[in-house]
Formats: sequence, C-alpha cells, structure tokens
Amino acid sequence: MFGLTAKNTRLLFLVIFLVAFAPFLMNPFPSDSAMAQFNAGYPDLMQRFVIFGIFAIGFNILFGLTGYLSFGHAAFLGVGSYAGVWMFKLLGMNVIPAIAASVLVAGLLSVVIGYICLRRSGIYFSILTLAFAQMMFALAASVLTPITGGETGLTLSLSDPRILGAAAVDGNIPVPSFFGLEMRSTYELVLGSWSFSFNTGYYFCAIIMVLAFYASIRIFQSPFGLMLRAIKTNQTRLNYTGLNSRPYTLAAFVISGMYAGLAGGLMVAMDPLAGAERMFWTASGEVVIMTILGGAGTMIGPVLGAGAIKYMENIVSKINKTILEQWFSFMPDGISDVFVTLVYPFIGKGWHLTLGVVFMLVIIFLPGGLVEGGQKIKGLFSRKKPETTPTDGAKTPAE
Amino acid sequence: MGILEIKNVGKRFGGLQALGDVNLSVEENTVHAIIGPNGAGKSTLLNCLVGKLIPDTGSVTFQGQSLLGRKPHEINQMGVSRVFQTPEIFADLTVMENIMIPCFAHRDGAFKMNAFATLRGQNDIKEQAEAILDDVNMLEKRDMHAASLSRGDKRRLEMAMCLVQEPKLLLLDEPTAGMARADTNNTIDLLKEIKEKRDITMAIIEHDMHVVFSMAERITVLAQGTPLVEDTPENIKGHPKVREAYLGEAQV
Repeated sequence: MFGLTAKNTRLLFLVIFLVAFAPFLMNPFPSDSAMAQFNAGYPDLMQRFVIFGIFAIGFNILFGLTGYLSFGHAAFLGVGSYAGVWMFKLLGMNVIPAIAASVLVAGLLSVVIGYICLRRSGIYFSILTLAFAQMMFALAASVLTPITGGETGLTLSLSDPRILGAAAVDGNIPVPSFFGLEMRSTYELVLGSWSFSFNTGYYFCAIIMVLAFYASIRIFQSPFGLMLRAIKTNQTRLNYTGLNSRPYTLAAFVISGMYAGLAGGLMVAMDPLAGAERMFWTASGEVVIMTILGGAGTMIGPVLGAGAIKYMENIVSKINKTILEQWFSFMPDGISDVFVTLVYPFIGKGWHLTLGVVFMLVIIFLPGGLVEGGQKIKGLFSRKKPETTPTDGAKTPAE
Repeated sequence: MGILEIKNVGKRFGGLQALGDVNLSVEENTVHAIIGPNGAGKSTLLNCLVGKLIPDTGSVTFQGQSLLGRKPHEINQMGVSRVFQTPEIFADLTVMENIMIPCFAHRDGAFKMNAFATLRGQNDIKEQAEAILDDVNMLEKRDMHAASLSRGDKRRLEMAMCLVQEPKLLLLDEPTAGMARADTNNTIDLLKEIKEKRDITMAIIEHDMHVVFSMAERITVLAQGTPLVEDTPENIKGHPKVREAYLGEAQV
C-alpha cells in the first residue's frame, strides 16, 4: 500500500498506531498512584518524543544508509529553530511559514557544509562536521548576537512587526497556531483515576512525523536508497561501477539536514524560543546515540532510540532521594540505606549514568540496537531464528 | 589503431621510477595479457588506465578519447570495467542487489535522484539482472548475502557485475590470484565463455603462466617499468629475454 512492501506497510501502521494512541500508552498508571511518576503522557514530553524522532529518522538516512557519521547535525536543528523564530517575529504566528523556513534554511546550510565535509570520509568527515557545528555554535552564541540573541537566546517580543498577524493579543505576545488552532491547547480526558491529555501541538508534530517516516521508508526502498547502502559497504566498487558517490552522499546529507531543520522548526512551533545550546556538540552526539541505541540502518530504530532517551532524560531524572527511600522502605533500615546509596548516583542529575550503562549493554549484547532486541524476542516466541533480512541492515553493527 | 592506446606513459613515486616509457596497443576483440615479475609496474599501469593514478608523462586513449584526468566512474561510463585482484563486491547487500547496481549505472548514468521510485517497480533492471545471474549460474543464490559467498562465487559475481554493463574493454587485475588450481580453471573457463558470447576486449594482468598461456592472444612482458617484448604466446614462451627477466635463470 502507498507504494510500500507489505512489511513496510505494517511498520508504517505500527508507527501511526503508536503516535495516535500515545496519550493512552504513555499514561498507563493512575495519576494518584505511586507509579504515576513513570507516566510520560504529558504534552511537552510527547512533543519531544516525536520531534526528536524526526531528527533521528533524518540522521539515520545519512548515517544508517551511507555510514557517514556526522557529529554536527545539531547545527541544522539550531539553524532551523532560529529561522522559525524569525518567521514568528517577522510574519506572524502561523507555524507553516516558520516550519517551511526552518527546512529551507537548514537545507541550504547543509548544501554548503555537506559540500565541504564530504570531500573526506570516515573519521575525517566526522571531525569536519564537528568543527563546522562548533563554529556555528560560536557564531550563534556570540558573534551573531543581533540575529540569534546570543547566550540568552532568541525570544519573541511585543515590538516584533508580525506583518501578517497581530503583534499583540490582549497586550500579550500571541501563541503559535496552525491557522487559528493554538498549538498549546490541550483537552484533558479523565477516566476514573486516570487522566489523559490530548494536545494539539503533539498531534500536529505526530502527523508530520508520520509523513517524515513514510518519506524515509520510501527512500530506504528506492534505487537511490540502494546506492546509499552500496556506499556504506564498498564505495570503491561503486565508483568503479560508473556511479559518482559524491552527489549521492551530498543528497543524503542535505535530506538529513532538512529533517533536522524540520525538527528545529517544530521545536519552536511548540515553544517559540531558540537558544545556542541547542547547537552544542553534545546535542549532535545525542542524535548519534539515539540512532545507534535504536538500531542504525533500520527504519524504526531511530524513533525507538529517540523515545528511549527522551523518556530516560525526563523520567529517570525526576526520581529523587525521597522517592528512592520510599521504594526501599520495606527493607530493614540499614539495608535500605545501602540500596539507596547504591542507586542514588543513577537517578536525578545522574540519569546520564543510567543512559551510559544502558547504551553499553545494548552495544555489547545487541549491536543492532533495540530493533535487534525486538527481533530476538519475536524469534523466541515464534520458535524460529530471528529474521535477518539484509535490507534492514539490523545485523550490521555501526561503524 | 587499437581500442586502447598507451603512449610514452611514465610514472614516478618519489625516487622510484615505477613506469619508464610504456607504449602499448590493445587491439579490439582480443585478449591481451600483461605479465612481468613482481614490481614490474603492472598494477601501476592498470591504475593509470582506470583513473586511480594520473601518469606523469604520456597519454592513454580509449577509442580515441583521452582517459587522463577522468574519474573512475567517468571511465567506467565510457565502457571500461575493472575486476579487482581481491573481488570487490557489495558485501552487505544480496547477490541480486549487487547486480542491480551496475544495471542502474548502465541505464541511468552516474547519478540519478530517484528517491521516490521503488526497487520493486524496476522490471527492466530485474530482468537484466536475472539474465546475467542465469548466465553465470548464480540465479539460485540471488537472495544470498554477498559476504557469505565462496571466493569463487564472489569472483563470478564481480565478473557478472562488470559484464552486465556491456563494457567494451574489461580490465582484469590478477583474476586468479590466491585461487586453488580448480578455481583457477573455472575462472579461465568462465572468461573463455564470456569471450565467446560477446564482442569484448580483455586486458589481463597476470602472474600465473597457466592462465596467460591458456587465454591470451597477445602478450606484453613488462620488466622494471618498461615493456620488454610484445608477441604471440608461442613466441613469448621461447623468447630468451623473457626467460631471463621473468622466468629466471634457473628454468633452463
């Protein structure tokens, strides 16, 4: 269906199902229970799930297919964000021009950066992208302060022109909207002791993510995608087969840069401010980890990886010492203290430790990422060997 | 005038004169072998033909067009295919995908942005790929991972990838290097079969005398970067200069 193979159609419907029912799936625990802190179904976090999902899907088109590891993709996300905020300042609060500008500006920048960086491959390519991203960060944080707002970030103000809309509504800065449909509006559904939030902004991002995911599947199963996979396995052979690898890698780089710009545009559409820290190299590293954690080169892996990391960042970091003491309170005093002391470094601000441990376990035992884990579980239940379809590339560890 | 003309080609690496003054002409529809001891400059010469190296002096022309300064993919698109010493294939892809890539290169040129076309819909490419796989007796292995093929099958696959592009000139860099005698004979049979079925010119760089004498129609002997002799296999066998340079004094 839609020009997809049966397997990929199922995958697309799985993603549609997951994002459509995310407000329910993410809130499995009653809101007054002790487990409620594991609920992730609040609008802000769900928006981040799908936005970073888009970022990782795009990154995977470059890294998963061609094997070119970019360490500077956050630059495109950041530039997209700034472009989006400027559209809000100049044109008006409709999200469509903002998102269009984000994609366009990120695309143009990735043509320039890609053209230069793709002259080298392997580690040299990674270092070049890293250098470029840090230059962009330095520009945003200090040199270009009049355009980017410097370290404080770029925010909206009442004095912005907004030529296509009102500069102010009731003395306040207007909020981003899709032709009048406000992104922040949320409908709360209370069923017994459960409560579920349905947020306009989330569903707007979710629809765009499904479209982005669909486009990525189409790229994966196209002749173009085959050439990108060929570049990853043997670029020499590709060149001696009469194909010019340079425009293929550049096209992949620009497409993934545009995905990053789209993610940046959606971020400001949800919350109209942009800061330079969004472009810092750790942000670029995060999308690399998301993609590898989920399964580089697989279609759904990056989405899972983005979800897993954003979940940990927001949920594990919220657990504090008091909560920990409650958990272990059933134990005798001395022993519970030992457990609290042992677990404490891994929660709250130490969530990066948890992430590190999870990441290491996945890389060592499941080099194909969470997708490989899923295939193994599926294999256990169907009492067959897990599927190793070469087109998924799930078995190919990232290089 | 041959299909491939090499004139006064020289190449120096630092203090080493890898190629002195090479003049060579490969006639259309012949199998031309280039032999020589280790370090004679055979591989350097080949790399000068495919765009990997640019010679310091001289000219290389293919069908009257200069090859110098052209990139490997441009030279391939002109009709020159290359088989490597160790088979270069797309190890992570299936056999069928390996074959489809040169088919696309042949049909669409060096670059085509067809990100929204589907692989499944490419019926002409599929038929072409299946036909060549059938030709080299690998059709039943079409869905196998190329990495899991045997060495001999990898070589067959690489040849098929070159042949499906219908090259005018096929360059082979020691196609039987490191093979057992049985595999070597299979490769010779494969190459002979290819030659019978198609109008194709082959230039073979080879170590193995058995391969050379069972296939070549012309032989050029290269020693220390310059051609010693060029002749038919019969004459080369008994040539004293060749014995001295190549076979060594011991083999009298």
